[in-house]
Amino acid sequence: MSNQQSHAHKNPNYWMIWLYLLILTIVEVGIGYAYMIYKNSHPNVKVFGIVSLIFLASWKAGLVGAYFMHLKFEKKTLIAIVLTPFVLLVILALALLPDALK
Amino acid sequence: MDHAATLTEPAVKSSPLGVTWGKLMMWLFLCSDAMSFGGLLAMYAALRAASPRWPEPGDILNIPLTAVNTFILICSSVFMVKAFVAAQNNDKNGTVKWLLATVLGGASFLGIQVYEYTHLSMHTSVAEIPKLQERYLDLFPADKHIRPWSNNYCATFYATTCFHGMHVFGGVVYLSIMAFLAARGRFLNGNHSPVELVGLYWHFVDLVWIMVFTFIYLI
Repeated sequence: MSNQQSHAHKNPNYWMIWLYLLILTIVEVGIGYAYMIYKNSHPNVKVFGIVSLIFLASWKAGLVGAYFMHLKFEKKTLIAIVLTPFVLLVILALALLPDALK
Repeated sequence: MDHAATLTEPAVKSSPLGVTWGKLMMWLFLCSDAMSFGGLLAMYAALRAASPRWPEPGDILNIPLTAVNTFILICSSVFMVKAFVAAQNNDKNGTVKWLLATVLGGASFLGIQVYEYTHLSMHTSVAEIPKLQERYLDLFPADKHIRPWSNNYCATFYATTCFHGMHVFGGVVYLSIMAFLAARGRFLNGNHSPVELVGLYWHFVDLVWIMVFTFIYLI
């Protein structure tokens, strides 16, 4: 029963995803180093660094979730359930900020 | 009896979520676990934003070594999907081989993390490294060690990475048991769902590390 269900989609090429993740990690570490050196040179550099690092991390997390955890091949309802904690995390972090920056 | 039968064999195709009970429960566990990590990362962000001074991660932590660790964890995730594909294909030896490769990846990650902790907490003194002495001497207590109770930075660093490390340790134990069961032929003939569940857990640990690495080591 579950055998048929699991074979309903063709398995993606996992080594390509690995290569994808590897390249993104190298880019991320590169940006991380550039950010460390230049972040105080201009206020925009700091914002750009933080935004691009978070964007790259989310991209990588999305690849792991979609392909390794097969979320891409699950029903939308399950994907919605799985994404809920991440929405809550953003709300939690934003809710703490006014106190933190006081 | 009738009740038990309904629970163990859900009508996968007709259920709104389209997954087995085991998979649904693993996902619910991962959702709650994601919120635990979310709490730790939110704590880190709030304390950092609230502190007038905060050490630059790159000054104190070994970024290249941790980047290698990230790479090891990504590789072990690929080994894990390979184990699942082998289980789907009824390949007992392949399943055991790839599961053991995943265990090796997880154990290497832990080894490097233990080295990192030992190096930081036992062999590094803020007073002895000129760069650290110049920038952060007053942020650390009298003994100048980088230990979990030294200051807010150290407390959040150790709490978050250690919570993740314990997950990796749990995963290594879980994967070892699954490799043992796979060697005994437990996941053959379409009974590969448990391998998929351990895979979900392992990929989640990898996914969390991607976030932890970015927030604690790079930003």
